[in-house]
Amino acid sequence: MADPIAALTNAQAARAEAATRVQAPTAAGMDVEQLSAFYGRFQALAEITLPIHPGAVTAVIGPSGCGKSTFIRCLNRLHELTPGARVTGSVRLEGVDIYQPGVDPARVRQLVGMVFQKPNPFPTLSIYDNVLAGVRLHRPRLSRAEADEIVERSLRAAALWDEVKDKLKAPGSSLSGGQQQRLCIARALAVEPLVLLMDEPTSALDPIATYRIEELIWELKQRYTIVIVTHNMQQAARIADYVAFLLAGEDRTGRLIEFDTAQRIFTNPKRKETEDYITGKIG
Amino acid sequence: MTVHEVLPIDREFTPRLALRKRLGTLFGILSALAIIIGLTTLGLLIADVVRDGWHVLSWDFLTSYPSRRPEQAGIRSALVGTFYILILVAIIAFPLGVAAAIYLEEFAPRNRLTAIIEVNISNLAAVPSIVYGLLGVGVFVRTFMLGRSLIAGALTLSLLVLPIIIIASREALRAVPPSIREAGLALGASHWQTVRHFVLPAALPGILTGTILALARAIGETAPLITIGALTYVAFTPKSLFDPFTVLPIQIFNWISRPQAAFHERAAGGIIVLLAVLLLFNGLAIFLRARLQRRIRF
Ligand SMILES: Nc1ncnc2c1ncn2[C@@H]1O[C@H](COP(=O)(O)OP(=O)(O)OP(=O)(O)O)[C@@H](O)[C@H]1O
Ligand SMILES: [Mg+2]
Repeated sequence: MADPIAALTNAQAARAEAATRVQAPTAAGMDVEQLSAFYGRFQALAEITLPIHPGAVTAVIGPSGCGKSTFIRCLNRLHELTPGARVTGSVRLEGVDIYQPGVDPARVRQLVGMVFQKPNPFPTLSIYDNVLAGVRLHRPRLSRAEADEIVERSLRAAALWDEVKDKLKAPGSSLSGGQQQRLCIARALAVEPLVLLMDEPTSALDPIATYRIEELIWELKQRYTIVIVTHNMQQAARIADYVAFLLAGEDRTGRLIEFDTAQRIFTNPKRKETEDYITGKIG
Repeated sequence: MTVHEVLPIDREFTPRLALRKRLGTLFGILSALAIIIGLTTLGLLIADVVRDGWHVLSWDFLTSYPSRRPEQAGIRSALVGTFYILILVAIIAFPLGVAAAIYLEEFAPRNRLTAIIEVNISNLAAVPSIVYGLLGVGVFVRTFMLGRSLIAGALTLSLLVLPIIIIASREALRAVPPSIREAGLALGASHWQTVRHFVLPAALPGILTGTILALARAIGETAPLITIGALTYVAFTPKSLFDPFTVLPIQIFNWISRPQAAFHERAAGGIIVLLAVLLLFNGLAIFLRARLQRRIRF
């Protein structure tokens, strides 16, 4: 059976190649259909259907425990690593269902990168090697020149280059929290993913570091499709093009209440629950 | 307005602060006493040994073979044997122990079989060492017909320290936060790549410390080696894995069991050397832990 991800990997290679030139290829989109997620017998998400538009920022909002993290972790097949966890429905990346048989989850995660809530640089690696960690997994024989090039490009893309260019050999954990988070973004970008997932990337950061990351997301969306979980309504309003509002019912199962452009969600939501949430009445 | 009018304080309640403070002081004194007793005993033992054995320490003592004449007896064969045993045990037990720990911690399914294996490994760590000696006689000396050789001794001691290495390595692996594993997997690393490239390096200081302490334990062991029949009088250094051997504790044991006082002095000298070797090892473990751990902050 032909590898269903092969075409996507080619798209990724084209992007990696194009990244060295000026013009970038168009970003990739995703389609989530009837997605349900379970932890053992507990259903955390029920039948989520929404598009993730290419080259745009989609914010996932909702009260604590409604399944935002679970949702975003279904998009790169990280959810299934929790013992007893499983997923039904489909998630298509450029038309290819990442859950269809024969797809290697590791290859999906190469194409759909992720940044976590708490910065998690590899403690044993230098800043330089942290950036290359993902690239080296797939290309063990990287020339020195290529490696230098990828490190500089990724750190520049993550707006960290100027702050660390003189101490690339220092351990990644020697940076401040905000710098560590940008290092993690650089590390994710270095493998040239098609989509970048971010789970509350600024919730552990101070306002200035948060502002820098928001600015960065603004720049990154020229070239990447971004899905971001956030608890901060102002942040969602500032950076998102589309917003998905999730809410857990009595049964604690999260459902999609509303999906629309950020403009409409924040000025003219269709559902009462959405309005209550963004105005701070629930959550 | 007094505090009692504002706060509903129970007048029946007497805090007896003075008594509680005195109890605290008393406990502090008792704890200090405990440590003084422990340290003094140890100090006296060491002082006694040093007084008896200090004057026998010399280059000749280290480089001479044992002898019938106490003035000429040295620990060359025992020191070399200890050194060989140490290296062999490290070569055998370290990879096996770390691999077993990696399997149990990172790959084994969480089921009943795994639980049984885990409990048994903890039990094995507490089994008296003489039992390992008996196992060594049965398996390595007799069944594999290795005789009273260096390799039979090393294999026996490897079995003895294996559970300790496995337990220490598992602790070290468990101390690596799950966020590191997720970071690796989210970059597209396979399960094995994640363990190999990201988890294992972070756990290495702990694994190394545990292994060194386990090796220190192996150096001091006498019973299992006597059980498998390690010789007490060896006037040569082993040339191959299948040669007979002796180690420091056995040499010490041998000298102490002689009637002549001069041999007892030699034994004390041997103990000083053994203590020095152990101290060196523990120091190395502490140094490695401090050195490597400083770089690794999660
Ligand atoms: N490993 C797990 N095992 C069992 N249930 C889990 C697990 N992780 C999360 N859940 C449950 O799934 C539901 C959704 O959790 P999730 O972490 O996705 O929420 P969230 O929207 O990200 O919340 P927060 O805003 O607090 O991060 C919750 O009810 C939670 O208790
Ligand atoms: Mg969450």
